[in-house]
Amino acid sequence: MPIESGWATVGPFFHAVLPWKDGGAMARPETKGEPITIIGCILDAEEQPINDAMIELWQANAAGRYNHPEDTQPGELDPSFQGFGRVTSDAQGCFTVNTIKPGPVRGLGNSWQAPHIEVSVFARGVLKRLVTRLYFEGEPANEHDPVLSLVEETQRRETLMAKPDPKERGRWHFTLRLGGPQETVFFEV
Amino acid sequence: MDPIPYRRETPGTQPPGLWPDYRSTVLRSPRKPLIALPHTLSEVTGPIFGQDRLQSNDADLTSQHKERPIGDRMIVAGRVLDENGRPVAGTLIEIWQANSAGRYFHPRDSRDAPLDPNFTGGGRTLTDEAGRYRFITIKPGYYPWQNHENAWRPAHIHFSVFGSSFVTRLICQMYFEDDPMLRYDPIYMSVPSEAGRKQLLAKFDYELTMPGFGLGYRFDIVLRGRDATPFEADDHAH
Repeated sequence: MPIESGWATVGPFFHAVLPWKDGGAMARPETKGEPITIIGCILDAEEQPINDAMIELWQANAAGRYNHPEDTQPGELDPSFQGFGRVTSDAQGCFTVNTIKPGPVRGLGNSWQAPHIEVSVFARGVLKRLVTRLYFEGEPANEHDPVLSLVEETQRRETLMAKPDPKERGRWHFTLRLGGPQETVFFEV
Repeated sequence: MDPIPYRRETPGTQPPGLWPDYRSTVLRSPRKPLIALPHTLSEVTGPIFGQDRLQSNDADLTSQHKERPIGDRMIVAGRVLDENGRPVAGTLIEIWQANSAGRYFHPRDSRDAPLDPNFTGGGRTLTDEAGRYRFITIKPGYYPWQNHENAWRPAHIHFSVFGSSFVTRLICQMYFEDDPMLRYDPIYMSVPSEAGRKQLLAKFDYELTMPGFGLGYRFDIVLRGRDATPFEADDHAH
């Protein structure tokens, strides 16, 4: 049996060579759902900004449906929404994504997953991508989310929460820490 | 019905997060254990791209500018397969590389080596029904980097592949057989098994060589696979 090819870092030079059109503009004006802006920042183990990362996002639409043949849930597909985003971090280690808030998605068995976005981090010094999830702080469904409940140190679940901007509705802040005392929860897929 | 999960990573086949020989990993690798994420709909789905993400000449890196780039022209072709040996059809492959002098077309690459105005070094294509792909490019040069004293990257081409789900995403590097720099390279050496490292070597292939134009190299890529296909699982349930 063949095995998965060995991963390697994306290195520092991806971005200029292979620009990705509309990478942070995941939703269009006509996309159904609640428009949101995610301001993400990515830090290393010493809280220094990582200015050469590539971040990919994957999410369901407002009806909780993925634009993919294996999602045969009844919710409607939205032709204006693919659900994929790709952005690069700037000099401050930050990135901006305009999307819609995803709907809840079926989990395993009879469970339901709270609204979430799958996040992949690629960077110089990251040999194999780091996988995490973005959840929305204050969402009642978080209480029963089957993936959040896998994080046994309950205070670490905080690291997966995007926080609402205190002034601007629809604006969310999300900080990724690749190490240090507040290290983000990362998953093995 | 729950989605059919993918097989988990085979232990001892992938680079660790922390690999001090590659200095940049020290501050960029989580120290807490990764948590196994169940394969729900969120993981077994993923973006599927079509021709709209491609531009003409994306698969021929030697004809993206007015003139031909400087360097040894080569053909790099192969197949994308899953761990069950099945072809992965219609998936997006992206490549990027340094020019023949070992310099990237990137503002942050300030190395003292010439840029080639006729070479950007980025390519994209989709695999066909049999999982096949083909790029035309030039052989990338070696370049020094700051990782350690007298550090040089072996000649390599970066590959990014999506596959059919979030789980199957892969970024790897293709190297060349008999490259004397391989055993000094902490990125190549971070792949733990010799078999895994060999799998990253492109093989010279006379059949792929284009007469009068350039030499051919074969490079196959393997993405994560499932224990059983959904079809087989359906049969089982009946």
